[in-house]
Amino acid sequence: MGVVVAGAGLGGLRAAESLRAAGYSGEITVVGEEPHHPYNRPPLSKQALSGPIDPAGLEFRRKAGVDDVQWRLGSPVAGADLAGRTVTLADGTVLPFDGLVVATGLRPRRLPIPGPAGGRSPLRTVEDAEHIRQRLAPGSHLVVLGAGFIGCEVAATARALGADALLVAVDEEPLIRPLGREVGAAMRRRHEEHGVEFALGRTVTAFEGVDSAEAAVLDDGRIVPADVIVEAVGTQPNVEWLAGNGLDLTDGVLVDSGMQVQGTDAPVVAVGDIARYPLALAGPGPLRIEHWNMPTETGRRAGRTLAALLLGEAPDRGPFTAMPSFWSDQYDISLQSFGLPGLATSVEVVEGDVDSDCIVEYRDDDGLIGVLGINRTPDLVPYRKRLAERASQAEGA
Amino acid sequence: MTVRIVVDRDKCQGYGQCVFEADDLFGLDESDTCVAAAEVGEDRRADAERAADVCPMQAITVE
Ligand SMILES: Cc1cc2nc3c(=O)[nH]c(=O)nc-3n(C[C@H](O)[C@H](O)[C@H](O)COP(=O)(O)OP(=O)(O)OC[C@H]3O[C@@H](n4cnc5c(N)ncnc54)[C@H](O)[C@@H]3O)c2cc1C
Ligand code: SF4
Repeated sequence: MGVVVAGAGLGGLRAAESLRAAGYSGEITVVGEEPHHPYNRPPLSKQALSGPIDPAGLEFRRKAGVDDVQWRLGSPVAGADLAGRTVTLADGTVLPFDGLVVATGLRPRRLPIPGPAGGRSPLRTVEDAEHIRQRLAPGSHLVVLGAGFIGCEVAATARALGADALLVAVDEEPLIRPLGREVGAAMRRRHEEHGVEFALGRTVTAFEGVDSAEAAVLDDGRIVPADVIVEAVGTQPNVEWLAGNGLDLTDGVLVDSGMQVQGTDAPVVAVGDIARYPLALAGPGPLRIEHWNMPTETGRRAGRTLAALLLGEAPDRGPFTAMPSFWSDQYDISLQSFGLPGLATSVEVVEGDVDSDCIVEYRDDDGLIGVLGINRTPDLVPYRKRLAERASQAEGA
Repeated sequence: MTVRIVVDRDKCQGYGQCVFEADDLFGLDESDTCVAAAEVGEDRRADAERAADVCPMQAITVE
């Protein structure tokens, strides 16, 4: 028995480390679909694409406390019976548990576009990245579907490697959803200066080619060369294995501020990209945040909660005051945001010029909800402080 | 007991996440690369480890 951690990503690792730090000394088994120990994904759309990808070099350091954890890698979880306290692996193995950590993250959404599958790939794993990297060469034609962070980063990396890049997206501007129209337009201009082309308000209706795609057909009839296609059009939470347990799985897994999964009596917590939690900064409505720092924040909290539940103590149900933080590198531009810019109702450049280095405030009815710095990371300290104050003033904090 | 903080300056990309976590232990130099307090007391281990956890390049080791 002991704790089963489903999902061997950053969130699963941090939860295991936190369980140990909180004094849980029972068995911990981490079950992961991928054959690798938890590794760092952000470099996959950035530095890592410029040379052969070494999964071992991307692995997270693991704290000494988790040296005795058992890793069952390359072995997905297929189902769970929370009332009966078991999970079933795809190979049929049934693992009983005292406590469970849900850490299965997300998978890229795929579009049902007709045409050959070769040359097309999402970007989530080291294998995806290696597939893309091998096809990115000077003069090759990259088509990216989706103009979010991953799409923009891949386009920037491809230009640096000498490949052509076309970004196709239904949105009016790149990054419009997370950062708003003005910043999105400014980012588009910077990409255009670096030779990236855009087909905005457009989609791809088909790929042409024999085994592998050679061209993409846009919905305005245009046919463009395409020998590397990256699909970066959003994500879907990996919740299917939890079905049948009466949980709220509408968008990830609903948890309370201590990361305990709602709708079951079993000691189950969820962490990272898959967890939907109430965040003090955002008010009572639960949300899911796909930022790299949140698996660490939620993992820490979830480990403490689960350790308390298993040791017969009362878990901390106080507000979750973590600060979402996001960075992105595109060319020589470093973007850094804190808070939740995507929730803003008004956006204002408060320092500098949006086409060079600047600081952008994102506000909602209650004031500052997020901040973005373009090449101004060190100057964000006072803004982050204001956001932290807002979070700590949230009800009950 | 003291805690040793080592930053791999070749790995560091100057994201500054460590500085936001513990600005009295970490800073960025003029080339936007991280510099850290070399040795701190055991009472600061948790802060140093938090900073190591949030480094996007995993450039910080706490011993
Ligand atoms: C290319 C890329 C670039 C990114 N860049 C940035 C960035 O610059 N800044 C930033 O803030 N964030 C970035 N992110 C986001 C960040 O990497 C994620 O938020 C983070 O990886 C989430 O960690 P997680 O542990 O919740 O999920 P994951 O890392 O997805 O881990 C979940 C694990 O569970 C496994 N799994 C799934 N289903 C099962 C199953 N049924 N059984 C067992 N295991 C299963 C998966 O294979 C995976 O290994 C990026 C993400 C990607 C993909
Ligand atoms: S967080 Fe890591 S990459 Fe960023 S400045 Fe600190 S050491 Fe460097």
